[in-house]
Amino acid sequence: MFSNTAVLLGKELRTEFRSRELLTTTVVFILVVVVLFSFTFDASSAESRRFAASLLWLAFLFAASLMLQPCFLREQSNDTLSALRLSVRDPFAIFAAKLSANTLFLLLTELLMLPVFSILFNVPVFPVFGQLVLVLFLGSLGVSIAGTALSAISAQARMRELLLPLLLLPLLTPVLVASTRVTLALLDTEPYMEWKGIGFLVVFDVVFLTALWLFGEYLLEE
Amino acid sequence: MTPAAVSHVGIRFENIDKRYGGLYALRRVSLEIAAGEFVVLAGRNGSGKTTLLRIAARLVRPSSGSITFLDSKNGPTKAASRAGFVAHATMVYDELTAEENLLLFAQLLGIAEPGARAETLLAEVGLTDRRKSLVRTFSRGMRQRVAIARALLNEPTVLLLDEPATGLDPQGVSWLAGTLRQMRDAGRTILVSLHGESEISALATRAVRLEAGSVIADTRTGASLPSILTFTGA
Repeated sequence: MFSNTAVLLGKELRTEFRSRELLTTTVVFILVVVVLFSFTFDASSAESRRFAASLLWLAFLFAASLMLQPCFLREQSNDTLSALRLSVRDPFAIFAAKLSANTLFLLLTELLMLPVFSILFNVPVFPVFGQLVLVLFLGSLGVSIAGTALSAISAQARMRELLLPLLLLPLLTPVLVASTRVTLALLDTEPYMEWKGIGFLVVFDVVFLTALWLFGEYLLEE
Repeated sequence: MTPAAVSHVGIRFENIDKRYGGLYALRRVSLEIAAGEFVVLAGRNGSGKTTLLRIAARLVRPSSGSITFLDSKNGPTKAASRAGFVAHATMVYDELTAEENLLLFAQLLGIAEPGARAETLLAEVGLTDRRKSLVRTFSRGMRQRVAIARALLNEPTVLLLDEPATGLDPQGVSWLAGTLRQMRDAGRTILVSLHGESEISALATRAVRLEAGSVIADTRTGASLPSILTFTGA
């Protein structure tokens, strides 16, 4: 299973870094959203600290719904998903590779956005950079696990472009709330780690990953 | 192709039904395909040929009924250990090169020397010169050659082909017929859906005609084969 996952992850990375379609569009999208948000209120430090975390995570969530859309849709045009199902020993390898790639792309986009966010919202992120990376990783992993599973479902449905955000955004509300709380605590004038939020994100990731491992095979069936 | 010694695998379909909502794609299909048979599936569009092939490839689960692979070495099994499938779509990545595609699937299949296997197949399908080109730059016929090479990566004992001549020029069809002849002669079981007579249908040892999801004709008689393939219905 691990060797299949590694091979498929290599394929995902190669195709993305060759075309850069997903990364470019997501970075541009997220930049536009963050800039638009920054226009909506006075970015004085106190106000920014109150709202910036939630705005940041909302922007990441919208970007994720955009990024996750083509995840399985791309496998439909040439029926390559069938070729993968016939070739892998464990169908979970397909999910594992895709969610690893999605987490990586999402994390990369978020890290690129952090300095822009810091300037526009006048909040220092570098003193708590390590802790921020941890919450970004756990949040992105949760988004990717749920999003990859829902992408597999929506790719086979009619109105697939609308279905994914409709299913994804409500499902990710707990991730949004927990990630926002942890980020809010980290952006405080006296930053601290909200371990309860971190614990919740870990539990969310583990539960959804286990569910995907157990039932993922059925999501790939025609 | 250079087929190695293989175990012989037959296929038994028992009372297969496949429903999509209230619509029957297959209705009580029972067929026993002996190891080494070359069976042509004929029938109009929507007659159930593709569904039957996808069920045989274990890509689609039947609504009821069962499918068994009769392996001469390992006995009856629910899944063929080595089945090759060529679908209507190419089943390869347009944004990868021909070589990268074959390497990817060879690695996933756990083939011992994926590079060498990919190289051999690229030579056999006549794409060595274009191995570094992205598949999206290929003609439909060239893509189909990559698709066929992918299906042959694990030297399948059972080969399932859904209209494999789609997009091939006459030379391509001749090449494919030659390849399938070698595979048939090596004792591989071949199930192929076709429209009408061709060089490929001439290789068949048996023809089965489907109509509205049911088998309406099944013959091994040489003289009856062409009539089943060109049957227009009563």
